[in-house]
Amino acid sequence: MMDIDDDCEAMTPSRRAVLGAAGALFAWSFVPKFAYAAAGSRDPRFLLVVLRGALDGLSAVPPIGDPDYAGLREGIALTKDGPDAALPLDGFFYLHPAMPNLARLYGAGQASIVHAAATGYRERSHFDGQDVLESGQAGPGRTDSGWLNRLIASLPPGETVSRHGVLGVGVVPPLVVRGPAPILGWSPPRMARAGPDLMQRLSDLYGQRDPGLARALSQAIETEGIALRSSMNGETRGGGGPDSADGMKRIAEGAAGLVGADDGPRIAALAFEGWDTHANEGGAKGRLAQLLGGLDGALAAFEQGLKPVWKDTVVMIVTEFGRTAKVNGTVGTDHGTGTIAFLVGGAVKGGRMVVDWPGLKPEQLYEKRDLKPTTDIRGVAKGVVSELFGLSGPVLAERVFPGTGELAPMRGLVG
Amino acid sequence: MATPDGSRAGGIGLQRFGLGARPGQPRDQRDAARESMLAEVARGVVAQPLNPPFSGAAEIGGALFAFEDKERMEREAKRLAGQAQAQAIQVAAAPPNPQTAPNPQAPAAPQAPQNQMAQPAKPANEPPLPFKTYRDEVVARVQLALDAESGFAERLVQFWSNHFCIAATKSNIGRSMAGAYEREAIRPHVFGRFEEMLVAAESHPAMLDFLDNRLSIGPGSPAGKRRGRGLNENQAREILELHTLGVHGGYSQADVTNLARIITGWTMVGREAVLGFPGSFAFNVGLHEPGAQPLLGKEYAQPGKAQGLAALTDLAHHPATADFIALKLARHFVADEPPPALVGSLSQVFRRTQGDLAAVSRALLESNVAWNAEPTKIRSPQEFLIASYRALGRKADPGQILGPLGVMGQPFWQPSGPNGYPDTNAAWASAEGIKTRIDVAAGWGRQAAGSVPDPRALTEDILGPLASPETRQTVARAESKPQALALLLMSPEFQRR
Repeated sequence: MMDIDDDCEAMTPSRRAVLGAAGALFAWSFVPKFAYAAAGSRDPRFLLVVLRGALDGLSAVPPIGDPDYAGLREGIALTKDGPDAALPLDGFFYLHPAMPNLARLYGAGQASIVHAAATGYRERSHFDGQDVLESGQAGPGRTDSGWLNRLIASLPPGETVSRHGVLGVGVVPPLVVRGPAPILGWSPPRMARAGPDLMQRLSDLYGQRDPGLARALSQAIETEGIALRSSMNGETRGGGGPDSADGMKRIAEGAAGLVGADDGPRIAALAFEGWDTHANEGGAKGRLAQLLGGLDGALAAFEQGLKPVWKDTVVMIVTEFGRTAKVNGTVGTDHGTGTIAFLVGGAVKGGRMVVDWPGLKPEQLYEKRDLKPTTDIRGVAKGVVSELFGLSGPVLAERVFPGTGELAPMRGLVG
Repeated sequence: MATPDGSRAGGIGLQRFGLGARPGQPRDQRDAARESMLAEVARGVVAQPLNPPFSGAAEIGGALFAFEDKERMEREAKRLAGQAQAQAIQVAAAPPNPQTAPNPQAPAAPQAPQNQMAQPAKPANEPPLPFKTYRDEVVARVQLALDAESGFAERLVQFWSNHFCIAATKSNIGRSMAGAYEREAIRPHVFGRFEEMLVAAESHPAMLDFLDNRLSIGPGSPAGKRRGRGLNENQAREILELHTLGVHGGYSQADVTNLARIITGWTMVGREAVLGFPGSFAFNVGLHEPGAQPLLGKEYAQPGKAQGLAALTDLAHHPATADFIALKLARHFVADEPPPALVGSLSQVFRRTQGDLAAVSRALLESNVAWNAEPTKIRSPQEFLIASYRALGRKADPGQILGPLGVMGQPFWQPSGPNGYPDTNAAWASAEGIKTRIDVAAGWGRQAAGSVPDPRALTEDILGPLASPETRQTVARAESKPQALALLLMSPEFQRR
C-alpha cells in the first residue's frame, strides 16, 4: 500500500467523474445542471472589476474641454489632436488613447462612463477605501461580508442567480464576494493540479474534522467541475500578474469562460492592480497608459468570451477613489477623491457620459485638491443591479448597501 | 514557566509561535517550547542569513548601477550594429576600416560591439542581476528558517518584514535590495526598540524607493525652487496609516502633507555618488523643505534630518501606535479576532516600555490566553512551505521555493500593496487557496517520497499529540507514499495553528 508509485496526475476522462462524486459529498452546495430560462426573459450576467490603487479618472477620461484641465495636468495632460490624441467621446470628455476597444463599445452604445464619482468614503487610505467600496457599508471597519455576496443572499433561494453563487477570482477572493452565500473561486492555473483521489480523501477527512476547510474544498471542486464541463482548460501556465496587460487578459478570459458557461456563476468579481501612480504616471504613453491598455484588452476578452450572453451582460469597473487634480512634485498624482466608473456590456444603455461636472477651479475642487464627487457610485451600482436582477429599493438600502435609503438607485443605466 | 497542558500545548505552540517541529526533535524539547522561545528572546539576537550575495544596500547599489549601465551599452551597441549592418547593405563594396574601430579605453562609450565580445560569456540560464540577487536572498533566508530551532524569532522577522513591507516588483532597486532590506532594517531590531526599527525601515533605500520618497522634493528647497518639482506624499501617508498610528490613529490630511515636508531630503545616493556610496541612504539638504512643521499638534523646528528623526520617535511612542501594533501582533499569532485582554496587555507593555520589542515579545509568549486559544488560524503560504520543508527534511532549493510561493499567492517581499500580505483566514483559507495548496502538497509528496521511510511514523513525529484518529487513519490508508505525505501536509492539524 505504501509503495512509491505514480499517483494519477494526468487529466483523464475519469477525473471528471471522480470530481463529480466528490462534489456529491456536499450535495447542499453541488449545482444541478442549468436549464435555460424561458425565452424572452433575461438571464443576466454581472461582472465587477475593482481597480486597486485608485485610478486617476482625470487621465483615463480627461475633461479636455474644461479650460482648467491642461494647467492642472502639466506634464501628463492629454490633448485632442496631434499624435497620440485622446479619443473623442462627447466633445468635452475624451478617452485615453490606450483604450480603443472601449471607444468602439462606447460608439456602439455598449458603454457608459460615470465621471466625478465616489463612494461615501472621504478619507484617502487605499485599504479603507477598498473596504468601503467592496463591503458596501457606509464606512470602513465592517469587513465580514461584501455587497455582491449579500446581493445573492437577498435573492429568492431557487433563483438561477443565487443557485450558482458568486465567483471571486484570485487565490485570495476579493472582499466584495465574501460572506454567507456560496463563493466559487478560480485563478489562472500555474501548476499541475493534484489527482482526484487525493481530493476525495481530503474531502472525507475535512468532512469529519474541519467544516471550514471542507466548505472551501467543496467550492473549489465545484468550480473546477464547471470549468471542465465548459471545456475551459486554460492550461497555459506562467504569465504576468494582475498588474500586467497579459495577466489582466488571462484573468478576464478565465472569468468570462466561467460566467459564460450554462451552469456557471452569474455574478463575478475580479481585481486588477497597480493603479497607484504617485510618480511618473505618464500621459498618452507610460505607466498608466500601459495599465489602461491592459484593461482595454480585458474588455475585449470579456466581449469575446461572453459572446452568446453579451447582450445580457454588464461589466462594472470601479476603483476606491481618485487622485489629486493637480500633478504632484514627481510627475504623478497623490490620493484624491472623485474619479470614474465604467459600465460596459450589451445590456448597458450606453454611448453616454453620466456626469454632473463640478469643474476644476480651485474653489470647485474637494478640499481644494481633488475632483469633487457629484455622483455616488453606490447609487450607480444600486441602479444596475436593481434593473438586472429585479431587487427592490428597500432590500438594496437595507441589506446590500446598508444605510443608503436616501440614495435612490440611478435609473436608465441598463437597456 | 511551565507550558500549560503539557505536550499538546507544546505542539500547538511550536506551530503558533514557531515554524513547526522537525523530525527527530526530542519530545521533551518540544514540550519545553515555551521556555526555549523565551530563551531566544533573552538572547536578544536574531540570526543573519549566511553568505548573502551582497553585504548590503550600498554594495548592491554599485553593482546594480554597473549592471544597468552595461545593459544600456549592450542595447545601444546592438542598435548601432543594426544600423551599421543596414549601411553595409547599402554600401556593399566599402571595406571595413580598422581606423574607425572605437577605442576600448573610452569610458562608457555606447558604441563598441567589440567591447561586448571581450566580456566573459554569461552562463546561458543565469538570470539578470536583480533576479539573481533576489533568488539568492530568498534561498539564504529560507535556509535560516529551516535551520532555526523553534523559529520564534524567524516568525517575528516575517511579521515585521510584512508590517514594514516593500515590494520587490516595484523596480530593479526593490528586486535587488528586498533581502538586504530585511537583513539591515528588520532583523537587527526584532528584539530592539520599535523606534529603531521604524527609523531603519523609513530611511532604507528600498523603502525610499518603494514609497517614492527619494523623488519627493521640498517646494521651498533649493532644488524645488530650481527645478519646479515638489512633494510626493506617498511614504508620509503610509508611515502614519500603516507603520505607526494606524488609519484610525487620529491624523489629518494636513498631517500627511506636513510629514511629507518633514522627510523631504531622505533619499538614496544616485549613480553619481555625490553624497556617498551609490545605493546607500543619504540626507540631501538641498531637497529638504526648510522651516518648522506642525505634526499632530506639535511643532518640529529641528534642522535637517533631525526633524524627521524627532517626528518618527514621537510617532513610535504614540499610544495609537501601541494599540495598532498590539492588535496586529495578536491577530498574526493568535486569532483573526484576538481576545481583547491579550491586545490590551500587549499594548500596555508597549506603552510602559516605550516600544521595547523584547518585552512585548516576552509578554506574548507568557500570556496563557495566547497560548491556550484554540488553533483556528490557517498557516500562511510562507509558513506552510517552511513547516513542510522542515517536516520533510528538505533543503532550500530556489526552484522549489519561488514557484510554489508564487502560485499560493505569497512570494517573498511581493505584496500587492504597502499594507503587506493579509493575515486572516478569509484571505488564505479560500476555496482557490486550499485547492492550490493541495496541488502544491501533491508535488511535495512526490518529491519527498524517496527520502521519508514511513509517512505514518512521520505523522507521529511531527504532529504527535495533535494528530486526530481520523488524520492518522487517512495517512495510514493512503494509496501511495507520495499521497500519504500530501495528506499529512494538508491535514487540519498541520494546516491550522
